[in-house]
Amino acid sequence: MNNRKKIKDFNLIAGSILAAIVIIPALIGLFWTPYNIEAMDNALKLAGSSAAHPMGCDNFGRDILSRIMAGSSTTLLIGLGTVLIGAAAGTIIGALTGYYGGLIDDIFMRFNDVMFSFPSLLLALVFVAVMGSGRIQLLLALGLAFIPSYVRIVRAEYVRARNLDYVKSAKLAGASDMRVMFVHILPNIIRVLINSILIGFNNAVLAEAGLSFLGIGVQPPNASLGRMLADSQTYLFGKPGMAIAPGITLIIMVLGISLLGKSKMISE
Amino acid sequence: MLLHVEDLNIEFHDHIIPETVVFDFDLDMEEGEIVGLVGESGSGKSMSALAIAGLLSRHDARKRGSIVFEGIDILNCPREILRGLQGDEISMIFQEPMTSLNPVKKVGWQVEEAMRIHKNAAPDERKKRAIEVLTHVDLPDPERVYNSYPHELSGGMRQRVMIAAAMINTPKLLIADEPTTALDVTVQAEIVKLLKRINKQHNTAILFISHDLSLIRQLCQRVLVMKGGYVVESGPTEEIFSSPKEEYTKHLIESIPKVDLS
Repeated sequence: MNNRKKIKDFNLIAGSILAAIVIIPALIGLFWTPYNIEAMDNALKLAGSSAAHPMGCDNFGRDILSRIMAGSSTTLLIGLGTVLIGAAAGTIIGALTGYYGGLIDDIFMRFNDVMFSFPSLLLALVFVAVMGSGRIQLLLALGLAFIPSYVRIVRAEYVRARNLDYVKSAKLAGASDMRVMFVHILPNIIRVLINSILIGFNNAVLAEAGLSFLGIGVQPPNASLGRMLADSQTYLFGKPGMAIAPGITLIIMVLGISLLGKSKMISE
Repeated sequence: MLLHVEDLNIEFHDHIIPETVVFDFDLDMEEGEIVGLVGESGSGKSMSALAIAGLLSRHDARKRGSIVFEGIDILNCPREILRGLQGDEISMIFQEPMTSLNPVKKVGWQVEEAMRIHKNAAPDERKKRAIEVLTHVDLPDPERVYNSYPHELSGGMRQRVMIAAAMINTPKLLIADEPTTALDVTVQAEIVKLLKRINKQHNTAILFISHDLSLIRQLCQRVLVMKGGYVVESGPTEEIFSSPKEEYTKHLIESIPKVDLS
């Protein structure tokens, strides 16, 4: 029992440390980077690490550390925006369909099933193909593609909750449907929602990296972790650091967040 | 007349074959009256009560007849009017005090809810009133109860909290749907005593649903016996207990366990 507790706390501590390693530089990268991420220098092309450039420079002589900082903040913001769009829209649609049931529920859920039958990455790909590529478009595309899974999670919780006694009591106190849904029921499902937001965040980060890697996400000269991985392909043997730096950053970020999701504080 | 129910029929249409659970239910209640509703499980007593409280969802249950509460037709009035009555004029307490409180909200917040919705009162005024009703239902240390979560209270305390929440706007009608079934005998007696006192002090009419005849006998002036969706017998409690007309009522009365210590 005691031992188990320790292991769960370990998740929280390790998760916070790993997430902080990536998130703090990313936050700094929003406002300041050691070098301009677009400044090219022919002399520093593919330079190894040095005191001035700890992670070396890429094929255009741009400082990799600066690009990692800016790139991970782009990736984080896209991940965050994606889950926010997905979770907000998913919660509203899921609450309405789950609470009311009936015909609206059937229509929405069949539509949801159709959306679900495509992998969300593919769905995002289609959106990007329609709306064009770029950071904002990628954010919207991933956000829309993530809605169905949240709808499903939230709807299931509302279907379970709508017949519980405390909901009856709330209705009987004269609370309106909206009040019952969002003031009485929502706080009860927030844990489930937070968990799925953390999992969704990781998926969004990986999806951004995947789409940018394929060249349809973040466009050069902007940096994102996926974009940097894509750029490093040609130089994989000549300068492996170009791929290793963003790769490791991505791993730490995803690992940190998923450990946090497993921690006792959040999952119980 | 406070409540007038006539020819109430409740049918469920959520299966292929419609199912009628209540037939020709009639009930008249005056202000300040305590009426008992007895019957076995599935006899339709809770369904009738839910219909009176306006809680039967409108699309899978079809209702015929009329329920008139203070001149308002509960079955057909717009939802806004119904909502204006619920929690203000009509309140209800349920069987399971364990599940009828929201587990993630503090007790005080939940007791205040009906007041928050119906009355335009300042937060400290609400709190004062909440503490007042919590004290009124004999909860020890109401200030502490106000700030605790439902899981920190015992079953009997939670049922008292439910009664407090139901009484915060001093409704005219309190529907008690088997409020003591989930509690042990000593707590049952206290809750019955509490309901009696509330009835006296505020002249609140109580519709008391139970399958426990001895409780009904202690509490109610009139009683309705239900079986299979029909009201089989009704009348003043003493009359029914001393000279039951229906075979079913006789069986029910015979089934009260008697303690013979000699």
